[in-house]
Amino acid sequence: MSGPERPRSELLLELADDELVLGWRNSEWTGVAPFLEEDVAFSSIAQNEIGHARALYELAAAELGTTADELAFDRDPDEYRSAPLVELRRLEWARTIARHFLYETADGVRIDALKRSADVEIAGLAAKIDREEIYHRMHAEMWLDRLQDTHDGTSRLREAVEELWPYALGVLDDELRPVWLEHVRARLAFPLPEGEPVTRGQHSAELRELWEEMTSVRRSAPAGASW
Amino acid sequence: MIYEVFRQERKGQPFQHAGSFHAPAQDFAETYAREFYGRRAESVALWVVPRDAVVEIDDFADELGRTYHRVDGYSLKGKLKEARERAGTTAV
Repeated sequence: MSGPERPRSELLLELADDELVLGWRNSEWTGVAPFLEEDVAFSSIAQNEIGHARALYELAAAELGTTADELAFDRDPDEYRSAPLVELRRLEWARTIARHFLYETADGVRIDALKRSADVEIAGLAAKIDREEIYHRMHAEMWLDRLQDTHDGTSRLREAVEELWPYALGVLDDELRPVWLEHVRARLAFPLPEGEPVTRGQHSAELRELWEEMTSVRRSAPAGASW
Repeated sequence: MIYEVFRQERKGQPFQHAGSFHAPAQDFAETYAREFYGRRAESVALWVVPRDAVVEIDDFADELGRTYHRVDGYSLKGKLKEARERAGTTAV
């Protein structure tokens, strides 16, 4: 994404950590989404994100001489490279849809750039992931349009977007952020908020809570246990 | 609104009823149809139809009990073969 001097594994881990953490957050709606159909759809999206994380970790693991599981579960929370946006726990539907839209749009811009990467492994995986992400974006956009159909929906969405905005700004780097801003501007029925990005490397307390839960099974078993 | 979904398992096969769900609009219906009936490689195509668009016919008049109209218990095979021989045509 940025300069060629950037280690490939670092980029892969950013993507993988985003997808793993967001997949986990999205899965928190399983069983309690606003209605049954959405419960199934949103849980599927969560599963897809975890699948993408796995493929990305595998590519990073091959380079770092480790395994996808070790990367996903054996690092300290501070070592994760996820964007603060995906770490937030907001079990409220307007915020969930706002984050979903803001993240999926950013992810689309990022994946699109990676599809054109000179690194054939990365470009190939990006193309594969994008074929599923297309449906995530469709899902996010249909909800966005639905909310913006009414005055009440628009004001709830707006409040959510404003709250999440600094975090959303931190998903992409300076090079890709302007492309993302154009996509977001084209879809929102209200002006973009202002703010300073909350960038990667800063972690919320919510990530540690998520990590405790996510790694609890792994940590309960002796190292090297096979399943 | 309720949508009925029909799925085709392999190319060339007939579409069969897969199930139904609630969706507020067509874009939601398409998304849910994919998630419900298309993400496990169980379908090659789906028909997503608002239930209102399905024409249901469930009244079949048989006031005089003409059971000879029915095909149950009636073996057609032999009679069809004879008829074909008489007409000089062969089975397809």
